[in-house]
Amino acid sequence: MTTLKTKQAIPAEGHLATTPASEARARHTPLVPSAGARRVWLTLLGWGIALLIFFPILWMVLTGFKSEAEAIADPSLIFTPTLESYVAVQARADYFKFALNSVVVAFGSTLLALAIAIPSAYAMAFLPTRRTKGTLLWMLSTKMLPPVGVLVPIYLIFRDFGLLDTRTGLIIVYTLMNLPIVVWMLYTFFKDLPRDILEAGRMDGASTFQEVVYLLLPLTLPGIASTGLLSVILSWNEAFWSLNLTSSNAAPLTAYIASFSSPEGLFWAKLSAASTMAIAPILVFGWLTQKQMVRGLTFGAVK
Amino acid sequence: MATLQLHNIVKRFEGTEVIKGVDLEVNDREFVVFVGPSGCGKSTLLRMIAGLENATSGDIMIDGKRINEVGPAERGLAMVFQSYALYPHMTVEDNMGFSLKLGGVSKEERQRKVREAAAILQLEPLLERKPKALSGGQRQRVAIGRAIVRNPSIFLFDEPLSNLDAALRVQMRIELARLHEELDATMIYVTHDQIEAMTMADKIVVLQGGVVEQVGSPMELYHHPRNRFVAGFIGSPKMNFLAVERVSASPTGVEVRLPGGETCTVPVDGSSLRDDALTLGIRPEHLQLEPEGPLSGRIEVIERLGGVTSLYVRMQDTLVTVSADGNVENRVGDTLRFGFDRACAHLFDAEDLALPSLARHPLAGLNRQDNRAPSVAGGQ
Ligand SMILES: Nc1ncnc2c1ncn2[C@@H]1O[C@H](COP(=O)(O)OP(=O)(O)OP(=O)(O)O)[C@@H](O)[C@H]1O
Ligand SMILES: [Mg+2]
Repeated sequence: MTTLKTKQAIPAEGHLATTPASEARARHTPLVPSAGARRVWLTLLGWGIALLIFFPILWMVLTGFKSEAEAIADPSLIFTPTLESYVAVQARADYFKFALNSVVVAFGSTLLALAIAIPSAYAMAFLPTRRTKGTLLWMLSTKMLPPVGVLVPIYLIFRDFGLLDTRTGLIIVYTLMNLPIVVWMLYTFFKDLPRDILEAGRMDGASTFQEVVYLLLPLTLPGIASTGLLSVILSWNEAFWSLNLTSSNAAPLTAYIASFSSPEGLFWAKLSAASTMAIAPILVFGWLTQKQMVRGLTFGAVK
Repeated sequence: MATLQLHNIVKRFEGTEVIKGVDLEVNDREFVVFVGPSGCGKSTLLRMIAGLENATSGDIMIDGKRINEVGPAERGLAMVFQSYALYPHMTVEDNMGFSLKLGGVSKEERQRKVREAAAILQLEPLLERKPKALSGGQRQRVAIGRAIVRNPSIFLFDEPLSNLDAALRVQMRIELARLHEELDATMIYVTHDQIEAMTMADKIVVLQGGVVEQVGSPMELYHHPRNRFVAGFIGSPKMNFLAVERVSASPTGVEVRLPGGETCTVPVDGSSLRDDALTLGIRPEHLQLEPEGPLSGRIEVIERLGGVTSLYVRMQDTLVTVSADGNVENRVGDTLRFGFDRACAHLFDAEDLALPSLARHPLAGLNRQDNRAPSVAGGQ
């Protein structure tokens, strides 16, 4: 808009034609902020948004180190840190048992989902039919169904098969829950792989299995890894099914947190301590793998 | 050491017929080139031979055995892709030895064979590199090396040179021709570049719209194109086509009226000719400046290449290309007269089919191998 106005303000057409370069310079210099200033603003904005998102977590971690009295007092950053909540929490429930369940269930369901999704995505990406696109969309659309809608049937099935409060049961549910996303992501990664490479492998005598193991998997490993990481995180954080389908034996960390919220009213410090311990492993895990995550998620975009 | 036959091959993609009944015979150790415009089905045909695509109907035979249902690896063929399709995560050595590894060949044996192929292609210094550290030409050679290592009965190439620059293309063209002699293998080569086809082929298969228009040696296609499409496709610059009128026709020649009103007789068999509106085809290199010539026109564009000068001459409503001597001194706007050798002219009927010429060109039976031994040349 501004450039247009400036242009109209130039009176004689003859001048416009004679010095286009100088005119362009005159028009642009005052309008575009320098690259340095722009960068500072973007950085500040980035930090601002990050802080906003991270603030609840930060607050929770801080609260975990407060005493119960301080926790319900007026919000304050100044307090004497104490581990009493952590001690109390550990005295009431065995953290490591829940954590182990979380690890087994998150990784187990991810491995199972990958084992099912890799062949499916292979078929969809390299041997598509007229219905492939539709199938993919349908799979994704199942994620739009509220889980509570199938709670009763699944609960009954689990009861009859003896899967209630078992890790196997949770693994099955989480696998099914994540499968659409995992298949979809793998499909897009596989689709980016030039077909020629697999065809060259086939000409070289590779069976479908060898094609997958020697060519497809190594070449799409970044994508597979980030898909797996996402699946682990989603499974780790899942609460609805774990609260409804487990009680003690197979209860993961989400159930552990929840156990601190209800019976005797809310104890903010203990709840925060428990939550901090529950998210710590996945936070560290995410931190360590974030490079891989980003690389995988932008795999197609930068190629 | 292999022959290939295609019998009435048809390929349909979801109802669209892409290959419409192709018959073809490829002899042992022959270099066959499929050529045609983009989308004519060259790659599809090649991929069916390779086994990467199923034929909808028809028979594909190697050494007389039907192999439609045999998998790509078991057919004993090797393919070089346009994109090279190297395995990006493997070194050159592993790329070339991959088929052997899958075949369970021992490590030492594998290394020996890879080095043998690398020597043929001068790839030894690159064996440890990954494909992304190679230039286009080097990648191309690795892709060819990967094919050689398999020791296939037939090599298949799908536009292997189209991603290279012009100079490298010429060099690789020569290298491939040399390789063909050295390996003594049957090769099938797809290209849309008629120069590649002309220079490398023993036999050219001209395809258009999924149909074989003509099969023959390069010289056969150049001198005796079966129809207007082949005539226009083979040869560079393109053949000129002039609309002419029949004056009289006999088994010993057809007299036609040229655009300028003059008449001339083309030595073709006109015994079964019924149409009046014909097309005269003259290659640019067969037109000469001739003060008394039957054609005349005004020069619109001049392109000087040094050795040759291309004149674009307006004759009535057609722009005719003339390959003239490099030293012609004419300028744009000059009006000149042109003549042509009647024996080199082609006449096409209303269906665009060429009328058979009375004499076969002495070189029409020549194939590339005859170039080696001058005593064989002349093939009559
Ligand atoms: N998998 C496919 N599904 C549908 N149509 C296809 C498929 N593969 C090829 N075709 C069609 O078949 C025709 C021939 O394709 P093909 O790739 O064989 O052409 P080509 O002669 O190799 O062309 P180019 O010189 O551009 O490579 C084209 O019209 C193309 O659109
Ligand atoms: Mg092609």
